[in-house]
Amino acid sequence: MINHEWPLFEVFVRAKRGLNHVHVGSLRAADHEMALHHARDLYTRRNEGVSIWVVRSDQVASSSAEDKQAFFEPSGDKVYRHPTYYTIPGSVPHI
Amino acid sequence: MADAYESLTDHEDDARWAYGTGFSDPLAGVDTTVPSGIDHEDLAAYCLMLGDDALIMSHRLQQWVTRAPETEDELAIANIALDLLGQARLLLSRAAFVSGSGDEDSLAYLRPASQFRNVNLAARADADFAHLVARLLMFSSWRLALFDRLTGAADPVLSAIAAKGVKELTYHRDYAAQWVLRLGDGTEISRGRMRAAVGDLLGGSLVDELFAVHEVEERLAGVAVSPGGVKEEVLSVWGQVMRAATLAEGVGTTAPAGGRPPPGPPPPPPGGGGHDCAGGAFARAGSAFPRAGWA
Amino acid sequence: MSTFEETIARDQRVEPGDEMPEAYRKTMIRQIAQHAHSEIIGMQPEGEWITRAPSLRRKAILLAKVQDEAGHGLYLYSAAETLGADRGDLTRRLIEGRQKYSSIFNYPTLSFADVGVIGWLVDGAAICNQVPLCRSSFGPYARAMIRICKEESFHQRQGYELLMTMMGGTPAQRDMVQDAVNRWWWPSLMMFGPPDDASPNSAQSMAWKIKRHSNDELRQRFVDMSVPQAEALGVTLPDPELAWNAGREHYDFGTPDWDELKRVISGDGPCNAERIARRRQADDDGAWVREAAQAFAAKRVPAP
Repeated sequence: MINHEWPLFEVFVRAKRGLNHVHVGSLRAADHEMALHHARDLYTRRNEGVSIWVVRSDQVASSSAEDKQAFFEPSGDKVYRHPTYYTIPGSVPHI
Repeated sequence: MADAYESLTDHEDDARWAYGTGFSDPLAGVDTTVPSGIDHEDLAAYCLMLGDDALIMSHRLQQWVTRAPETEDELAIANIALDLLGQARLLLSRAAFVSGSGDEDSLAYLRPASQFRNVNLAARADADFAHLVARLLMFSSWRLALFDRLTGAADPVLSAIAAKGVKELTYHRDYAAQWVLRLGDGTEISRGRMRAAVGDLLGGSLVDELFAVHEVEERLAGVAVSPGGVKEEVLSVWGQVMRAATLAEGVGTTAPAGGRPPPGPPPPPPGGGGHDCAGGAFARAGSAFPRAGWA
Repeated sequence: MSTFEETIARDQRVEPGDEMPEAYRKTMIRQIAQHAHSEIIGMQPEGEWITRAPSLRRKAILLAKVQDEAGHGLYLYSAAETLGADRGDLTRRLIEGRQKYSSIFNYPTLSFADVGVIGWLVDGAAICNQVPLCRSSFGPYARAMIRICKEESFHQRQGYELLMTMMGGTPAQRDMVQDAVNRWWWPSLMMFGPPDDASPNSAQSMAWKIKRHSNDELRQRFVDMSVPQAEALGVTLPDPELAWNAGREHYDFGTPDWDELKRVISGDGPCNAERIARRRQADDDGAWVREAAQAFAAKRVPAP
């Protein structure tokens, strides 16, 4: 049997100018135009957005759960990347 | 626990969600006084015509709720129905205000069927989804052309309603056009159904009625838009979409209104797709008393 | 301790790519799908009244509300799909009766007062169930619930406002409200599921933090919330055993007819057949449309 399911799209909405597009969920559509229409109707019914991105879910590359340690833990000890690592006398203003 | 949502407050300051912001009254700051020189009775009648078109079209769309081909389209159709209902409420309210009696509800609910002023295209029941999108394409591109010009109307309220409506109708037209395209150039079945729908809607007097100039529109020069003047533009839009949908023959820019159905294989019977609307509150409104016959 | 167990123990969220016990995945899919189906089927009882709403304002409110329910269904199907479920497959399961939806939607809406009572009691009960689900251990479900709860805040309020308007109207309108309350009160209590001692899956769901409160706890909370609201409205809740218990600091209330719940869940409610038939009809009628859209899209994708 042919599967007549429309493909899945991930939806990203920019809530206001100045903010990033944020992933809000997914939906099904036959093509990109339809996905944008559907995203508008589904995810911005209450003025939640000023811009929408849609991308086919099967086109998203993702780090895998097994890679988690190799991917993310090496940055855990790089404490010198954080401003609080540096001690500045309280008497110095604006820093 | 007066408000069960209080327990969600740790999410309230989440800047990613802009819930419920920026809602605006389309008539805010608009002077509702009828400008001098405009006949109140004619203006009220004109608002009623435009309002009834939206009210009845919205009603037909509401009948699709829980029956759409996919849940995403439930949302789209409901959105369009809500937009048109909003236009209807503003226009009926304007009609009531200008005529000095009644309100949106008395006009919507307490008028006899004979006093409805909608075009028959708005009242036509949809045999299937192809009929719906064909009708919506025809209706929204026609109304968009009218509203586009109405933004310059001498009545500031009508002009404000049109300015709001133009944005909505642009979306409606786009939604419908995309579907006409998909169905026209989709499968053999969808093509047959799309052709049947287009043939059915173009085949009678529905199209002529859209562009027939009513005497109220004639008398309201400067306020009303003459539908005759938008005919070429509207037919050109239909023609463009139909051509792209490979349904073009017989529906060009110069196609005679009320022409024959485009040639093609005989369409399948519209079984199963539609729903019986005979009992709808407005089912008889347009057909028995077409707008053009109103004096 | 597995990563999954650690995540649960730390009260963190499980995300779609994570390893998880198969039983957790299955339970999650079943629960989310059931919830999604409830939203979609739940459009029907109220949807019946859109074309017959008594004013244009009420019509717009009801249409927007029913539209929200379609949207909520989609948010939830999306969440289920992150676990590898397929919406088309879930819909088939619904239509074939292999997956359930909330028993409450198998009752008929006999008057427009039902729209108000559904908003007040049915959505009120749903809120009691759903607010804790915003902290469900499964991330996509929790996020969908946050969005749904925020949007539903208007659903309950519109219902209560409608009832207040009717209660301020004619005696006939007040009777309509009381009649609707009489019919919906007990089914609303049943929305929380069977009593705890007859709810075998609850313990595992609590351990996995899929569920945060027991059925009976939530039911009690709902009764405690509803009694003062009913008083403010001027309606009587149809339970002679309803009384404040100062010792417990809760209302005592009667026992719902659990046999009725069983019957309705197993398909023998007043509207089960009708609800499924409508859903099936829409799905069948829409098949050629969905196929056409897919064929159209396929023609436009260049061959790889």
